[in-house]
Amino acid sequence: MSLRLYLVFAILTFVLLAVSVLVSLQSLPALFESDPSLAAKILVELRLPRALLALAYGSVLGASGAAIQALFANPLASPDITGATGGAALGAVVTAYLIGFASPLGVALGGVGGAGLALALLLLLAGPRAESATLLLAGIAISAITGAATALALSLAPSPFAFYDAYDWLMGSLVDRSLPQLAFAALPALAVTVWLATRAHALDTLALGEETAAAMGFNVVRLRYGVVAATALGVGAAVSVCGAVGFIGLVGPVLARALTRGHPGRAILPAALIGAVLLLGADIAIRFAPPDRSVPVGIVTALFGAPFFLALVARMRWQGQR
Amino acid sequence: MMARIQALGMAVHGRLERCDIALAAGTLTMLVGPNGAGKTTLLRALAGVGAAEGVVTIDGEPLAGLPPARRIALLAYLGASRDVLWPLSARDYVALGLLHDQGDGRATAALASVEAEQFAGRRIDTLSTGERTRVQLARALAPGALALLLDEPCANLDPQWQLAVVERLCAEARKGAAVILSVHDLDLAQAHADRVIVIDKGRIVADGGPKKALSPAVVGRIFGVERSAQGGWQRLNPRADPRSSR
Repeated sequence: MSLRLYLVFAILTFVLLAVSVLVSLQSLPALFESDPSLAAKILVELRLPRALLALAYGSVLGASGAAIQALFANPLASPDITGATGGAALGAVVTAYLIGFASPLGVALGGVGGAGLALALLLLLAGPRAESATLLLAGIAISAITGAATALALSLAPSPFAFYDAYDWLMGSLVDRSLPQLAFAALPALAVTVWLATRAHALDTLALGEETAAAMGFNVVRLRYGVVAATALGVGAAVSVCGAVGFIGLVGPVLARALTRGHPGRAILPAALIGAVLLLGADIAIRFAPPDRSVPVGIVTALFGAPFFLALVARMRWQGQR
Repeated sequence: MMARIQALGMAVHGRLERCDIALAAGTLTMLVGPNGAGKTTLLRALAGVGAAEGVVTIDGEPLAGLPPARRIALLAYLGASRDVLWPLSARDYVALGLLHDQGDGRATAALASVEAEQFAGRRIDTLSTGERTRVQLARALAPGALALLLDEPCANLDPQWQLAVVERLCAEARKGAAVILSVHDLDLAQAHADRVIVIDKGRIVADGGPKKALSPAVVGRIFGVERSAQGGWQRLNPRADPRSSR
């Protein structure tokens, strides 16, 4: 991708960030005159965390989706489809509602642990050199198990409001998150995005096949475990704060590869930018829901992402790939 | 350019018995053997892929643990698989085998050296298996490595291209590279190899010039064929499985 395109994406991201902070705040100038401290509080403590969360979560979904697709040589792989997102949600729910460790740190640890376990189980089921079909089927099975287990954990939770409480969160929501929550989601997300971007060359070389990459001196096994651990960390922490946001980890990398002449590794950074743009955009779109109704952002991404997923499957089938 | 691959104590559990191999610079070595003899296993072990016992050195430099930048200059390996994973253009595919600073021009030149420059801009997944084989060979040739280890580079190619590939590899050897490739065609080995290694059941059973290594006795014992009066090959014992009869 050219420098100019990166610049375009950076500007687009910045504009969306500004829109996300300022959208539907027509009364803001008046508020700044009457109560400047309240206005500043709304901007810094409510709007800014929300926008930054969308930026961080969107980028880590895009980056880890691109890395996982490169690793498994399959454009259908993504954090949600491999079960990492579901595992993170389960880990966070168990930590918060059953163990009762509901601080941002506790929930984040639960999310990272859950995503890590789900991906470890995936490697165990599908093996480190899995065929893509095995891998995706194993991912679907893990998603089903974690989904059921999450529902079970919520049913058994001591709090009678657990289901209602968790609905808004698990469907993916960036609303009303605190600054510590922002820190626990955004810092791992950004660190993971940067680290994954440094693996771009190695993951590109993997396009020549694992054997060839290994003969060229790349430690393929270490790369695999590194990408899986990084995805668990970044996605797990973000899910524990914002819930499961689907399809961005799938759509972002597919669009990004169109900009990198199909290179799976160097698509990581563009995928992160596209992921951030998509989630910022989706989170802005839900502000236009009818008054006193709230639509979880995960529903919007699924509404647009699922048809994209179907189109991708159909295109792969027509082209006779796998 | 001088290359000497020395592989001492190579063994892969259950597949390849302990063997020592030294490949000299400027030599074209062909590896032959029946199906399942261990040709791919031996080449993989020499390339340092997968779990193998033993130590491979190229020009005295141990291969294990070298960073990609150094290893790419020492060794190029072409595996047996002709699958491609991503729809890259042939030029981009070849360039992935290069160091960052070697550039696109080198990829195009490598494609031209196997007469595949017309595929440069085409998506590699749309090429035929034979065309793809030449692109993948160009990927292995592009870095100009000291040692070339190639698993069946002539498979899927028609006779014209088989000869073209062997001639190209001969030229690499004449320039000083140590080249080893596995082939199925014994005639090709007899006609073009400087040295032939015959492998059977994970063991080296003959090694030397093509005349000596592919003597009628060895060919009959290992492959179960002999020269026919017409100059082709015929089975020694067409009814029974040659491998179980010996």
